[in-house]
Parts: sequence; structure tokens; C-alpha cells
Amino acid sequence: MAPSDVAVHESASEQTTRRITNDFSIQVATVNGSGSQTANLVLLRSIFQMGVPVSGKNLFPSNIAGLPTWFTIRANKDGYIGRKKEIDFLVAMNPETAREDVMTLESGAAVLYDEPLRLDALRDDLVFYAAPFDKLVVPVCPNAKLRKLVRNMIYDGMLAKLLDIDLAEMEKALRKQFGKKAKAAELNRGALQAGWDYAEANFTKRDPLRVERMDKTGGMILIEGNAAAAIGCMMAGVTVVGWYPITPSSSLAESLIAYMREHRVDKETGKATFAILQAEDELAALGIVLGAGWAGARAMTATAGPGISLMAEFAGLGYYTELPAVVFDIQRVGPSTGLPTRTAQGDVLSTAVLSHGDTKQVLLIPSSVGEIYQMAMDAFDLAETLQTPVFVMSDLDLGMNTWMSDPFPYPEGPIHRGKRLDRAKLAELGSFGRYRDVDGDGVPYRTIPLDGLPPYFNRGSGHNPDGKYSERPDDYVNNLDRLARKFETAKTHVPKPEVDDDPEAAIGFIAYGTSHWAALESRDQLRKEAGVRTAYLRVRAYPFTDEVKAFVERYHRVYVIEQNRDAQLRALMRIDLAPELMRNVRSVLHYDGLPIDARSITDSVLAQEAGHDGMTTE
Amino acid sequence: MTTTAAPPPGKKVNRIGLELVEYKGGKTTLCAGCGHNAISERIVEAFYEMGIEPERVVKLSGIGCSSKSPAYFLGRSHGFNSVHGRMPSVGTGAILANRQLLAIGVSGDGDTGAIGIGQFVHLMRRNLPIVYIIEDNGCYGLTKGQFSPTADLGSRLKTGVVNDLPPIDTCALAIELGATFVARSFSGDKKQLLSILKAAVSHGGTSMIDVLSPCVTFNDHEGSTKSYSYVKDHDEPLGEVSFVPYFDDIEVDYEPGTTKEVEMHDGSKLYLKKVAENYDPTHKGAALRLLRETSERGVYATGVLYVERNRPNLVELLNLVDEPLATLPLERVRPPKAALDEIMESLR
Ligand SMILES: Cc1ncc(C[n+]2csc(CCOP(=O)(O)OP(=O)(O)O)c2C)c(N)n1
Ligand code: SF4
Repeated sequence: MAPSDVAVHESASEQTTRRITNDFSIQVATVNGSGSQTANLVLLRSIFQMGVPVSGKNLFPSNIAGLPTWFTIRANKDGYIGRKKEIDFLVAMNPETAREDVMTLESGAAVLYDEPLRLDALRDDLVFYAAPFDKLVVPVCPNAKLRKLVRNMIYDGMLAKLLDIDLAEMEKALRKQFGKKAKAAELNRGALQAGWDYAEANFTKRDPLRVERMDKTGGMILIEGNAAAAIGCMMAGVTVVGWYPITPSSSLAESLIAYMREHRVDKETGKATFAILQAEDELAALGIVLGAGWAGARAMTATAGPGISLMAEFAGLGYYTELPAVVFDIQRVGPSTGLPTRTAQGDVLSTAVLSHGDTKQVLLIPSSVGEIYQMAMDAFDLAETLQTPVFVMSDLDLGMNTWMSDPFPYPEGPIHRGKRLDRAKLAELGSFGRYRDVDGDGVPYRTIPLDGLPPYFNRGSGHNPDGKYSERPDDYVNNLDRLARKFETAKTHVPKPEVDDDPEAAIGFIAYGTSHWAALESRDQLRKEAGVRTAYLRVRAYPFTDEVKAFVERYHRVYVIEQNRDAQLRALMRIDLAPELMRNVRSVLHYDGLPIDARSITDSVLAQEAGHDGMTTE
Repeated sequence: MTTTAAPPPGKKVNRIGLELVEYKGGKTTLCAGCGHNAISERIVEAFYEMGIEPERVVKLSGIGCSSKSPAYFLGRSHGFNSVHGRMPSVGTGAILANRQLLAIGVSGDGDTGAIGIGQFVHLMRRNLPIVYIIEDNGCYGLTKGQFSPTADLGSRLKTGVVNDLPPIDTCALAIELGATFVARSFSGDKKQLLSILKAAVSHGGTSMIDVLSPCVTFNDHEGSTKSYSYVKDHDEPLGEVSFVPYFDDIEVDYEPGTTKEVEMHDGSKLYLKKVAENYDPTHKGAALRLLRETSERGVYATGVLYVERNRPNLVELLNLVDEPLATLPLERVRPPKAALDEIMESLR
């Protein structure tokens, strides 16, 4: 076959009459470390700039260079931004995985591949486009060393041609991606053009996929959840950060460092209104946060499951001595090291009770980049208002993938620093006791060093209402009961669930975090495809508020959708809800490391509704 | 504030008008005769004599008998009794939150040398401004007498068990790690410990003091190298330590040639009258040599072993604003709307 020939297959050619506009997913399979990320983001951004809702998910290995990586872009005119299970267009650039990648495609999908891979021989029910990338890159990039990096931009140019993506939008996206690096931008622009030219001269469009301009992304931004959280922390006025690198949380701390250097350093004196310290481990990271919180600062850390495990003892100290702390858990897969670069919601249960003894922690659970920005600020307010650690339960999917969002609103109004004793209050109370329940809400008053008010001795050992050492049974019980009261008070402060009731539905969905997007889409699938109506409640915090119980009471069967094996949120619901109520609560579980998708939920629910016991989606 | 009120006539007060009793804490619950109690008393005296406002001080500790002791001194200061071996991180957070605080941390040899060795190592590297005291009894007091990592080779538990692992010398380790003030003393040496404590407070970086502090209940018998009598016999002072705060103008009568003067961070002066020939506390190699040589003879060199001045501490390294971070007003910690707009624009 001549290198410029296009593989044409009878069965696939029939599809050219169909048109699928703004509703498909593209998967780019490459080797990590090959510079494909830039090409993928340019592709994503160009579709976004054309007003079409998009989302980008990077499936990458726990490795620096040389292992397979897949980047999936979903364009969807209806705004579904969860993962789509099926791949409609594959760009196969990785010899290692190409065969398997092609074999798993659904019939009718399109494949653009590196010619030497000869993938067209594998199947006759797909649309194939072959291109000699190594040859094409030579004239574009005379410097042989740089070719590896520029090569990927060629497929962007080809996709622009094949999918009707405006080349000018791609060039704009490319300029944005390269910023001030004009030389690199020019080199890549050449590659883009070369790809487009090649596609125009050699490819006959045989797949139905097309991008068409819409107006659904005007004014919106593209951002990863970790960066959104970092902006929220900066706006919340964080001043002390202790952290220890761990995927997928590192980019939260690293974006925070970048933003803070830009916006929180005095331009004249060069002095910082923050201290960010890379600690020796996660124990120290939380120790730093608690020490700073005790001394009156807004302090935070970010970590993932293994770090959460290490923080357990300190988390209990924070709970029991009642110190503010904000901890971001960007959840990943696994007990132990597990799959460190894959996503899960597997820390929900252990974090809710993190530490020994009777410990209960406050959790905030964001679903979107906009929400994690807001919840970052809420977390600091809550931690100080309630005087307790607050855990923001994000995950790799939200944290490290690219999401579109309305721009974040500037926070108006004050921040809440909780019950700090002042002179007037001291005069009113007569004297100070650190753990006295003055207001009956379980939340005591506190003082901080150098505030000119009475000191106290912060101790993790038994203490009485005055904060004095005590091993008396009644002191211990009273203290624990007050802490329970405080947890009740927390219910009046945490964000309430988002509820979408449907009086005609028998089924209710409960989801949280990133499972939200697939849940939304599955509800539509069930309605449209099977005529099954569903109501919906999205949990946004622990402790649960009364809405959760009321929702379970209202519907015949409730499906709790989560990304873990052990139905962890449902297990937490069992603590609060009567056993009779829980009898109607079922699970949809997804825990293979890939973000949950709508189709899997729909299939699982239909199977369970039909009386099958398909409790998991995988 | 009470600190500036005129004292009643006839009462003995320090330069800020406070009596010694203002520096005391709660009644000790440690064993009578425990070395830790003597150290608490020296801490009280040191802060009193230096005229430090107790309100400026924060007391930090890990877990152990030793770590309980902050409850027994400086009752007018805030305190934080944290978790086992993790006081350094808590102290780091507190000092970063408020650079105006004067931190004193109390740990034990188990708290530091075993469970907390990681945090100790990194504290020494960071040069956080803190006085870090190890109340070193070679055993775990609070859990009833097990060996700690500073127990000497061949030392014996009451039960007859012999320690056959080499000890960690926390002073040598601290010097290796880059600590900027390292001293060793003995809980029973009132004069030396008091001088060292005062110098440590004036240092401005991490001041690490290993204080041999016999556990009278579990480790004060024949065969223990950290018993009162053993330490008393095998304590080899480097010389007399004398400390003159910067606000004092006492004449010091040390003879030139035999006296080493070290100017501390805040301008105060530390004088070391030499016994050991050619000992220079600003020389790292000499300090390490001395520690090795004395320990081979079964002797504890005591005094200020090593001082490095002028190295920036952690607060200086991070280039923090002068005011405490903890109390900066919102307008200084929340960037203006224009900043957020700019970030949003960059993401479009
Ligand atoms: C995580 C943890 N493990 C173990 C203990 C039990 N524990 C309490 S104090 C202590 C040893 C204290 O020894 P040291 O630091 O030498 O202090 P000392 O009591 O001798 O002054 C131990 C092991 C604990 N409190 N926490
Ligand atoms: S057990 Fe030992 S260390 Fe603990 S208080 Fe008693 S004498 Fe001191």
C-alpha cells in the first residue's frame, strides 16, 4: 500500500451518510513523556473555543516516561461532561497498546494511526486513517531532537481537518498553551498546518463525527480541580501550609505556591503573607497545620489516601483538642499504593472517622471545579467556626482532569473566624474555660497566644471544661457528649445536599463528588431509553443533614452511586438511618480506577430493577 | 497589662516587674527527685531572670513524663502537649503562624530518639527559632522503664535486661544535621544549666539542649549510665559557662586567653571559660571530635558544644512579613478582585 493510501472498508463506508455532531469522544493513545499533553490540551481547548461543551480526562501511568497514556476528550452538545464509556475516535500513536486499543473499539469507530503500525489489518468494521508521522515531521522540524515533541501536533492538524475544527481556533489555543514561548509556538503551528495539509490531500472523510460551532461555553474557563482548590485557599486567606508530595494532590500545593508567589508577596518588600513548607512526611504536614491553627492562622494541607492514613493520630488530636485545620484529600485508588494515578472515592468512610476512639470528622464533598473553589473557602470558615479539622474530599478525576466552568465569583463578605474570646466576652463570662459550652451548641471559646487573653494548655489527654488535666469519668463523658453536640451543630453549618425531587419517580439516586456527572447523565438515559424516572440527591457534606433521611423516606428504592467497592457512603448512612429505611437502599459501585460513566450506572440500575443482583457495574 | 504594673514594695521582681512566682506552673505530678523537675525549675529561673514576658512564650511537648513538664512551668504561657514524637511539626506551624512567639519545646529521649527521630532530624535542619530540650534519662519513664535509643551500650534495666545496641548521641546528630546551637548539661548542675538555657533563649535559631536527667524510678541504679551518681562522676564540663543578657552590663572577670566570648543573636554574650584545651564552640569538626573522644571514655562532655551564628532561621528564610501571619487582616491575605479576574482571564 502506498503511504498516502487510506484504508477503505465496505462496512464502514456506509456510515458516511450519518452525521454525528458535537457528541463523541476522542481518545489519544501515546507514550507518557512524549509531549502529547500539549497537543491534547490544544485539541480540547479548540473545541471549547468553538462553544462546544468538553471535558478532558488523562489516564496516565504511575511512571515518568515510557509507559502508555490515554487522553480522552469528550465533546457533548448537551453538556454531559462525565466519562463516556465508548470511544468514537481513536488516535493510535503508541505501538505498545495500539492493537488492544483498536480491538476494544465499538464497531463503526474511527482510527487515526501511525502508518507503520498497520492497524487497518486488524478489523474491517472501523474507519481507518493512516499517516506517516515520522516522515511528516522532518520538514516541519529540522532539529531532530525536538521532533518527538512536535510530532504529536500533527495529529491535531489532521483532526481539525477531519472533524471540521476551525484551524484558526487551534492556532489560538496553541498560542495560549505556549504563552511567551514564541519559537516553540511557531514550530508547533507548522506541525499543525502540515497535519491539516496532509489530511486535506490524502484523507477522504468516512466517519460521521463533526464539530460545529455552538454558544455553550461563552465566558467559561477550563481548569483542573486542584488549581481551583488552590485559588479558593488563596482567596480564603490561607497563611500556613504544610504538605508532602503525593499524586494526585501535589498539583494542588504546587499551584497554590505559584498563585501565592504571584498574588501574596509584597511587590515592594518581597515579603510573603504566607509560609508554605514541604514537610518531611504527612504526619509533620498535619502537625504544622494544627500548630498553626492553634496559634490562630488559617492553615491547610493536601494529600491522598496514604497520607490520610499517616495523619490519623494527629486528626484525632485536632478533633479532641478542637483545633481548626483544612485537609484536602485528593482520593486515588487502593489500599496500599494501589493505582496511584487512577481515581476513586475510597477514603470516605475511613476519613469520616479518622483516628482512634470516638472520632467524627467533618467532610465536604465537591463535585465540580466551581464547587471545590467555593468549598475551599467554606472549609476554612467551618474549621474555625466549629474548631475542628475539615476534610475536603476531592478525587483524582476532579483534581487532575480538565473541566469547564463558569468563572469563579469573587468572595464578597467577611470570613468567619469562629468563637474567639475577646475582652467584652471575657467580662461577660467572668472567667475563661477553654472547653466550657457557654452557648449550648457544643462549640467553646478559644484564645490564641499573644492575644492578651487568658492562656490555656492544649492537651490531648483527658481534660475538664476548664482545659485542666482530668481523668474523671464524668469529665470524659461530658466532654465527649459535648463533642457529639458540636457535631450536631455542624449539621447546621455544612452545605446541604442538592435535591431534585420527582413526585412520579419510584427510584431515587444518591451520588456525591465526581460520581455526580455520570449520575446526571444516567438519569437522562433511564428516562429516555427505558422510561424510568428518578429523583436525585447529591450529598455535599458529612455529617448528613436531615434531607438525606427525608429523601430515603420519600422513594421506594434508593441507589447510592459511588466509586468504591465497599459502599462506603451507604455504610455511613447506616449509622444515621434506621435499619428499616436502609432496607430500600441499594448500591451502584464502580471501582476499576476509571472515572465512573453513565452507561455503567444505567446498566446496573436496570439489572437491579429487573430483579437481578448485579450490584456492581464492573 | 499586669506585666507593667508596679510591684508591691519589698517584693523581689525582675526587670519587667514580675516576681518569680509568675513564672511557675502547676504542681508537678512527676516522681519526687525526677531530674525533669529540676529542669523545670531552671526554666522558671531562666525566663524570670531574663525578664521575658510569659505571654510571649509558647510551651510545646510530645508525650512522656518529660513532655508533661510544660504544665509545671510558665503557667501564664500558652502550652501545647501534642502527640508522641511530633512536637517539632506543631512548633513549626505555631512559629510560622506567629513569628513573635518565643517557643520552648520539651521532649524525652524516647520522644526524640525513637518515634520522633524523623521530626527531630528535620527540625535541626530547618533552624526554626525554638529552644528544644531533651530530658534524657536513657529510658521510657511513662511506660515504665523500657530502654530508649539513648540508653548506653551495656546499661542494665532493673529487670536485668542488658542493652546491647549502640546509643544515639543526639548532640552529635544535631551538629551533623546543621543545628546551630547544641549543648549538653545535667539536671543536677544548676549553674551550668541555667546559663545554657539563657544562652539558648537568646540564640534566635534552633537551640538543642540534651539534659541528662535521671529517672529515679526506673533508671537510677548501679549499672545505669544515666543514673544520678554515674552522671555526677562522669560529667566533664568543657568549662564554666556564663551568660550575660544584652541588657545587663555586668563585668565579666574571665581572663582573656582562657575565655571564649560568643555573641548571641540578640547581642547578649556567652562566655565559656575553658578547661579543655583549644576548644572552640564555633568549630563543627572540633565539637564532633570532642563528643567522640569523650564518649569513648564513657564521659559526658557538657557545656555549649557548638554554636553557629548568623545563619538565617526558618522565618527569615521564608521571608515572611514582619507581622504575625495569624493576625493579618483579611485585606492583606485575600487578593483583590482584579487578581481573581486576571486568573480567570488566563483560564478562558
Ligand atoms: C503513638 C504512641 N506510641 C506509644 C505511646 C506510649 N508512650 C508514651 S510515653 C512513651 C515513652 C516516653 O519516653 P521518653 O520520651 O524518653 O520520656 P520520659 O517518660 O522518659 O520522660 C511511650 C512509648 C504513645 N503515647 N503514643
Ligand atoms: S518515672 Fe522516671 S521519668 Fe517519669 S516522673 Fe518518675 S522519675 Fe521522672
